[in-house]
Amino acid sequence: MNKALVILWKDALSEFRARELVPSVLVFALLVIVIFHFAFELGAERARSVAPGILWVTFTFAGVLGLNRSFAQEKERGSLAGLVLCPVDSDTIYLGKMLSSLMFMLIVEAIILPIFSILFNLFVFMPELAVIAVLATVGFASVGTLFSALAVNTKTREIMLPILFFPIVSPVIIAAVKATELALAGGSWANLSSWLEIIGTFDIIFLVVASLVFEFVIEE
Amino acid sequence: MKGREIQRSDILLGLSFLLMIAALYLVFIYVPTEATMGVVQRIFYFHVPVAWVAFLAFLVVFVGSILYLGKRESKWDILAYSSAEVGIVFTTLVLITGPLWAKPTWGVWWVWDARLTTTLVLWLIYLAYLMVRSFALEESQGARFAAVVGIVGFIDVPIVALTIVLSRTQHPGPVIFEGGLAASMLLTLLVCLAAFTVLYVLLLQLRISLREAEVEIAKLKQAQSP
Amino acid sequence: MEGKTSGLAPTGWAIEVQGLTKSFEGRLALNGVDLKVRRGEVLSVFGPNGAGKTTLIKVLATLLKPTAGQVRVAGLDLRESSMEIRRRIGVITHQTFLYDELTAFENLKFYGKMYDVPNLKERIYEVMAKVGLASRIHHQVRTLSRGMQQRLAIARAVLHSPSIMLLDEPETGLDEYAHAMLVEMLSASNGGERTVVMTTHSLERGFEIGDRVAILVEGKIAYEESKLCLDAVTLRERYYRYTGASRRGDS
Repeated sequence: MNKALVILWKDALSEFRARELVPSVLVFALLVIVIFHFAFELGAERARSVAPGILWVTFTFAGVLGLNRSFAQEKERGSLAGLVLCPVDSDTIYLGKMLSSLMFMLIVEAIILPIFSILFNLFVFMPELAVIAVLATVGFASVGTLFSALAVNTKTREIMLPILFFPIVSPVIIAAVKATELALAGGSWANLSSWLEIIGTFDIIFLVVASLVFEFVIEE
Repeated sequence: MKGREIQRSDILLGLSFLLMIAALYLVFIYVPTEATMGVVQRIFYFHVPVAWVAFLAFLVVFVGSILYLGKRESKWDILAYSSAEVGIVFTTLVLITGPLWAKPTWGVWWVWDARLTTTLVLWLIYLAYLMVRSFALEESQGARFAAVVGIVGFIDVPIVALTIVLSRTQHPGPVIFEGGLAASMLLTLLVCLAAFTVLYVLLLQLRISLREAEVEIAKLKQAQSP
Repeated sequence: MEGKTSGLAPTGWAIEVQGLTKSFEGRLALNGVDLKVRRGEVLSVFGPNGAGKTTLIKVLATLLKPTAGQVRVAGLDLRESSMEIRRRIGVITHQTFLYDELTAFENLKFYGKMYDVPNLKERIYEVMAKVGLASRIHHQVRTLSRGMQQRLAIARAVLHSPSIMLLDEPETGLDEYAHAMLVEMLSASNGGERTVVMTTHSLERGFEIGDRVAILVEGKIAYEESKLCLDAVTLRERYYRYTGASRRGDS
C-alpha cells in the first residue's frame, strides 16, 4: 500500500510540473458542454431534465481522454517499464496507477462542476452529488486503469479504450445519472441508496477483479 | 483418432438437424397462434433460445479465458475465441429478431427494455473482445488481452442487466406474457432451446477444429522461416 | 567452455542459462542460449545487430518471459522468483527510466522507495557524488544533458546496491566522463563481488572491461572464452569469423 502511495506521489508530482494533462482535458470537457448546449438548444426547463445526462457524458468523455493520455505518456517515456523492473507486485502498481487516475479525474470534475453550474444555471453544490461523483469516479478509475494499460499496447489505442471502457462502465453511468437526477430534484439519501449501492458494488467488484488481472496486462 | 472425431461431429450434425426439423414443425405448425400478438409472436421461439445461447457462449468465453490465463495452454484460448465468434453471431441474431418482433407488435423498431439493452451491451463487449485480438501487437499478447476482456466482460454483464432492470421499472416496458405460458408453448420453447443449444455446440466444434488448423499452419510457417 | 579465473573455487553461479529460447511472432530472437556467469565475473557479449543482445538482457532483467529454457539469476529461478531477482539486479539500457519533470533527487527517491533502500537520503547523496552529479541533485531531469542523464541512470541502477548488473550497450549516449566512470565502477566491482553482464558493439571496450567474452550470433552463443586466453587481435578475428561481417562493417 505504501508503495502504491509512492507511485501516486510520483504521478501527481509529474503532472503538477508538466501541467499537460489537466488543462487539455479541462478544455475538452468545456467544449463538450458547449457542443451539447448548441445541439440541444436548451431552454431552462429542458436544461434541468437533461443536465444530469450531459454532466455524466462530459465526465465520461473527459475521463477517457485523460486515461488515454496518461498511459500514452507512460509508454512513450518507457516509464512503465521502469516500474516493472522494480520489486513491486502488479497489484501494487495497479493500485498506485488507479489512485493517480482517480485523483486526476476528481480534480477535473471538481473544476468542471462550478462551470457547469453556471452555464446551466443549476445549483449543484450538494453533498449528495459529491458522494455520487466520488463513487462513480472510483468505478471509472478502476476499470479505466486496467483497460488503458491494455489499450496503450494496441495498434489503435485511441479507439480501443472507449470500445472497452464504455460498455463495461455503462451501469455506473446509468446509476450516476439516475442518482444525480434524484439529487438535483431534492431527493433524500433513501431515494439515492439503491443507485449508490449499485455503484458501490461495482467499485468493489471491479477493484478486486482488475487488480487480479492487471499482471496479465503488463507482463511481456 | 481422426475417425472418432468425424463420428462425434457427425452425431452432433444429425442431432442438430433432427432437433431443428422438430423445432420448425412445432413453431410453425403445432403451436397455436398467440392471442394478443398474432403470427409474429412465433419469433419468440427463436428469439429466446438464441439469446440464451448468446449468453451461454459468453460463459464459455469466460471459463476459457480464466483457464487460459491460468494454464497458458493454447487449447483454452482456442475454446474462448471460437465461442466468442459463434457467440457474437448469435447475439447479432437476437438484435435482429428483436426489432423484427417489436415493429409489428408495438410499432417501434427498438425498445430499450432490459433484455434487449443488455444484449446490446453484450454485443459491444463481444466486439471489444474480438477487436482487442486483432489490434494487439502480437498473437500471444492478443490472446492474453482478450482473456482479460472476457473475464471482466462476463462479470460485468449481470451488473449491467441489474442496473437496466432497476432503471426500467420507472419506465415500464412492454409486457411480454400476461397469463404465463400454455403447455404447448412451453414444449415448443424447450425444444427450440435444445435445438439451438445443440447447434451452438456443433458450430463451436467446427470453429475449434478450424482454429486448431489455423494455429497449426501458423506454427509450421514459423518453423519454416529462418 | 570453462574460463580460467584466479584459482578460487566458484562459490555458485551468479547467472545460469540453459537452452534459452525467445520468439516473437515467428521471429526467433534467442535460439537455445547456454551461458554461465560466475559471481564477481564481468562478461562482455558481442554480436551484430539483431543477434539478440538486447533480448538476452531483457530476459535476464525479468522484463521478458522466456519462450523456453531455464534461467537462474542469483540462484533464483526466473519463472518463480522474479520479484526477488529484481531486488538483486541493476539494469542500464537505452532507456533511462527517468521521469523528466522530476528532479534527480526525486527520481532517486522514487526508485529508492520502490526498492526499499535503507537510509535513502544519505544513499542518494552518496551515489550522486559517485557519478559526479552532486551539484545537479535538485535539477529537473529534462534540464540535464544526455550524458548527465545517462550518469543519473547509472546512479539509479546502483542505488539499491545490486549484486548483478545488466548493461545493454552502455557506451551509447555516454560522454567521456560518464564512460570513464562506468569503466571504473565496473572494474571496481570485481573487488566487491559484483557480477556484470554487458552487451556492447565496441570490441575494444568490451575486451578491456570483461573477464570473459562471448559472441552472440543469430540468437546463439557462437563463441565464448576467458580474456586470459585471448588478445585483442585474436578476438577481432574470431568476431569477424563468426559473424561473417566485412572489415568495414560492424565496429
